[in-house]
Amino acid sequence: MGLLDKEFSDGNIVITKVEDLFNWARLSSIWQLGFGLACCAIEMMATSASHYDFDRFGVIPRNTPRQADAIIISGTVTLKMAIRIKRLYEQMPDPKYIISMGSCSNCGGPYWEHGYHVLKGVDRVIPVDVYVPGCPPRPEALLEGLLKLQEKIRNESLRTHSV
Amino acid sequence: MKNPEEIFEILKKEFGESILAIDKDVPTEPIIAVDPMYINKVGQFLREHEELKFDSLMVLSGVDDANGTKIKDEDETEVISGGTLSVYYHLHSVYLKHKITLKVSTPRDNPKAESVESIWKTADWHEREAYDMFGIIFLNHPDLRRILMPYDWEAGYPLRKDYKNPEFYQGMKVPY
Amino acid sequence: MALKTETMVLNMGPQHPSTHGVLRLELELEGEVIVNVKPHIGYLHRCFEKHAEVMTYPQVIPYTDRMDYLASMSNNFGYVVAVEKLLGIQVPDRVQYIRVIMAELQRIASHLVALGTNGLDIGAFTPFLYLFRDREHILSLFEMTCGARLLYNYMWVGGLSHDIHPDFVRLTKEFVNYFRPTITELNNLLTFNKIFIERTANIGILPLDTAINFGATGPVLRGSGLAFDLRREDPYSIYDRFNFEIPTGKGLVGTIGDCWDRYYVRVLEMEQSLRIIEQAIDPIPEGDVQSAIPKRVKPPKGTVYSRTENPRGELGYFIISDGNVNPFRIKVRGPSFVNLELMGELCKGHLVADVIAILGSIDIVLGEVDR
Repeated sequence: MGLLDKEFSDGNIVITKVEDLFNWARLSSIWQLGFGLACCAIEMMATSASHYDFDRFGVIPRNTPRQADAIIISGTVTLKMAIRIKRLYEQMPDPKYIISMGSCSNCGGPYWEHGYHVLKGVDRVIPVDVYVPGCPPRPEALLEGLLKLQEKIRNESLRTHSV
Repeated sequence: MKNPEEIFEILKKEFGESILAIDKDVPTEPIIAVDPMYINKVGQFLREHEELKFDSLMVLSGVDDANGTKIKDEDETEVISGGTLSVYYHLHSVYLKHKITLKVSTPRDNPKAESVESIWKTADWHEREAYDMFGIIFLNHPDLRRILMPYDWEAGYPLRKDYKNPEFYQGMKVPY
Repeated sequence: MALKTETMVLNMGPQHPSTHGVLRLELELEGEVIVNVKPHIGYLHRCFEKHAEVMTYPQVIPYTDRMDYLASMSNNFGYVVAVEKLLGIQVPDRVQYIRVIMAELQRIASHLVALGTNGLDIGAFTPFLYLFRDREHILSLFEMTCGARLLYNYMWVGGLSHDIHPDFVRLTKEFVNYFRPTITELNNLLTFNKIFIERTANIGILPLDTAINFGATGPVLRGSGLAFDLRREDPYSIYDRFNFEIPTGKGLVGTIGDCWDRYYVRVLEMEQSLRIIEQAIDPIPEGDVQSAIPKRVKPPKGTVYSRTENPRGELGYFIISDGNVNPFRIKVRGPSFVNLELMGELCKGHLVADVIAILGSIDIVLGEVDR
């Protein structure tokens, strides 16, 4: 009351579509599962620290997949770890989004030719929404990846969800 | 502080024939070659003798010497048969400040060597890694199993020179 | 009739907020007290040694960066010192001085991450943010020199990839003056904080002869009382020209060799690194940093084992060459791989929450454990 009353002179009514409202709510608070595997994890930690703040976009790290909306796969995915990633992906509730950060999880990275234990791209086990290139990508590149994910969520419709 | 030749003299006085030659001409350090079944007795002596006191094993590495003959298998892959697989030990003394390198060579078809885990506890994981990557079996090791590759990896020993990649592992495509 | 009890197996799986990466610990518990700990590794095995056999000697350098990704300059340093020993070449003085300055700045940056995450696991969130703010200053110095923030590929066989920027000396001196009071701020916030001391003193005590038998090196060995530093024992590059002390654990608030001692050794080492940087930054000799780089690196047949002091311990490279442009075999002795074997010994008899404190004080990086 008071200040807010004076803002809306015609009786506190805002007209929008239900889809826009849901999408705006979802993209403003993407809670990510903290999943750092290798060198890209350090750049993800630096993005969450105070110099390039991740929290101002509403992104908080959560510890368990059952309470998370998104996974940022940062680092090399090996064959031993890929089985566990598939299990974590299946434990997350819908709607869920995947950001693949760094060249090792996009396509195998510098280990593509002779790595016998490296999975050449995490999209061989789970479906990916946004790919962020770099080795390791700068924190600004990761923030741009997050903005592209927010674009994608903004254009979603209620009838066909993410995968 | 002793240099490698003096250490070799002390060892030859104690053990005689099981110690093979000392290799002095290659850069950058001389290497003492030892028989694979006597390495734990030599290691025990090196740790306990008052003038030597080698109480720390810096690194233990397996090497595929690739000095056998290359023959072609049924499906046209090249396989090496014969030759040796070696293990190198680098020892060092914290209080007397000297270093020495030992080498052990085992035949490729039946690679067995004694374990030194009871003398220096670091050798536990190093020997498991040499088994995982090359297939060298260490006798009297308490728990010899794979350490870096998955426990059900059946496609062989990855760091050998004639290793070939499998096509699929548990439903995932391995090559690019 | 006696009550039948059995122990419970609890899995601290590869995905965990406090295991510093992908490490799986299998804990066997009797109530809340630990009976046995078995680490399972290999979740980040990236086949470095196989790549090293098919690349040429200079092409291996970016792969050495990615092993211990928090101390990438020190990994490069160890590798080029080993190859230069095998080739038998000398590098110019300007290259030596710049290499020492970069290695010491990297030591400070790596210890900042280690102390920050150690505090974060125990529950202190604020020092983590303060230390990462200071680390950004060092990363901007590195970015000015070679263009990268985390994985540099800076030290080449026989020289460096880029010369330093004209403003580098002035900015480094400003950083040294800015950082000294920050260490006092860290001591007031975390080191002598009563809650931190309760969580880490008298936990995970490591006696000296166990440490030597298990091959522990670096701050883990120095925290148990022995002043053993490879920069003094086996000097490489030009470390014998500088004055610095070697801090050891003295049991100030608990027993010698507990988690607090290993933490305090790292804080004191940061101060000693500042001393070395101050001595090295003033008279950097003139010269060309790329003059001694050979056109083709083809060492003679032979073997070499050379070791350098990484922020985590003794990093060793064992290189066998057979006269070709590709190495025949490179074996890396990672300090975290050897220090991690201590987990089984140190955790016996403690509670589950102490496992996190002990793991943070050993300071492992999984890229180096699994290579």
